[in-house]
Amino acid sequence: MTEHVVIVGGGTGGTVLANDLADRLEPELDAGDVRVTLVNDDPDHVYKPVWLYVPFGQREPDDGRRPLDDLVDDAIDLRIDRVSDIDTEAQRLQFHGSAPPVSYDYLVLATGSTLEPDQIPGLTEGGHNYYSESGATDLRDELLEFTEGDLVLSVIGTPHMCPAAPLEFVFMADDWLRERGLREDVDITYTYPIQRVHGNPHIAEWARPIMEERDIQVETFFNAKSVDPDAETITSMEGTELDYDLLVTIPPHGGIDLIEEAGLGDDGWVDVDKHTLEAEAADNVYALGDTADTGVPNAGSVAHYQAGVVGQRLASEIRGRPATATYDGKTLCFIETGMDAASFVEFDYENPPSPAPPSEKLHWSKLAYNESYWLTARGLL
Amino acid sequence: MTDIEPDDTVDARGAACPGPLMDLIGKIRSAESGDVIRLLSDNDQSLTDVPEWAEEAGNELLAVEELDDHNEFYVEKA
Repeated sequence: MTEHVVIVGGGTGGTVLANDLADRLEPELDAGDVRVTLVNDDPDHVYKPVWLYVPFGQREPDDGRRPLDDLVDDAIDLRIDRVSDIDTEAQRLQFHGSAPPVSYDYLVLATGSTLEPDQIPGLTEGGHNYYSESGATDLRDELLEFTEGDLVLSVIGTPHMCPAAPLEFVFMADDWLRERGLREDVDITYTYPIQRVHGNPHIAEWARPIMEERDIQVETFFNAKSVDPDAETITSMEGTELDYDLLVTIPPHGGIDLIEEAGLGDDGWVDVDKHTLEAEAADNVYALGDTADTGVPNAGSVAHYQAGVVGQRLASEIRGRPATATYDGKTLCFIETGMDAASFVEFDYENPPSPAPPSEKLHWSKLAYNESYWLTARGLL
Repeated sequence: MTDIEPDDTVDARGAACPGPLMDLIGKIRSAESGDVIRLLSDNDQSLTDVPEWAEEAGNELLAVEELDDHNEFYVEKA
């Protein structure tokens, strides 16, 4: 009997896992004992970290897109389609349209995050973001016109993709405006929902003095309630109102509705064992990356490491051996601190981050990794 | 034991900081004025995070119950 592994989501986690399984299970795939299907609703794989650089004119959205067909091993069945229902009792997926349902022996959910700006009245009309291709290009156009006034960066939703990116944006904007001789005419304000500037206290402690040194104003305990695009103000649940001339936000995030409908977790995030990544509410279901509610950052490095763990566990289970691989919370992030310098952090469930002193070398390391990311997606790096 | 009847409960046990506070803020965001939200958290940071935020936001922290393996916070939306 052929065992069928279905991976839903062709982002970093799903794509790395598909290629990992193609390599790890090569004998079983060749013999027809195992079949692996990767389902994605877009024929392209999108590497989202490119978007941070788009507003500053350093990258184009197309730099972050490649056809999945070019990235995924030929031993994997690639299906461009949308799942409409997950039945974890029958171990079956339905698809939009009239396609017949597909049964699975193992299901991996790697559906990632979606933006939900409509949660905040006025945000869609008044706010810009760099968390989508169109958002990043629109923001680029706005920034090119922006020569003076109040630039407000507001982190609205957490968890959100790439927790370091809001800090990176204000550090880069500060540097970019200085290089262009405009910084004295621009006030930059950064808002964050809790009492410090980042969710991780160690990163917050590191970032705060840099913000003070760079004259970046900070508003903590700021949870956006509404945006008034006509008056150009953003108001918090805590009662603070800020004027803006250019508002950049990290919009609220959510997972896909199918997950909640399948009873796997709230808000589109799958409740998992944070070490095995197995779903708590269903058998033979894994989740990884943003989709897995582990409490670690929603970052590509997390999805990458988790894909390796799920790949090992699936291979063990398919071969009838106990699955022993576990995820230890490993996270790795470069953090841009300007246009020519970056820091770096590495941490896990037990060991907190200790940001490295910013340097040009780390900045170039980040850019070099972004270029070599396509090897990661192929399962080679 | 408190006899406060919450209108809704957020179970954030197992979540790392700042997860519990963000879960509470998310629930308060969609609550009506006067609603009482109960937060369950086993993260000790919540003992300082939650009172600080409640005061900052003008919501009232009605009670904190310290249990063996977690704490329960009752917050009334202003």
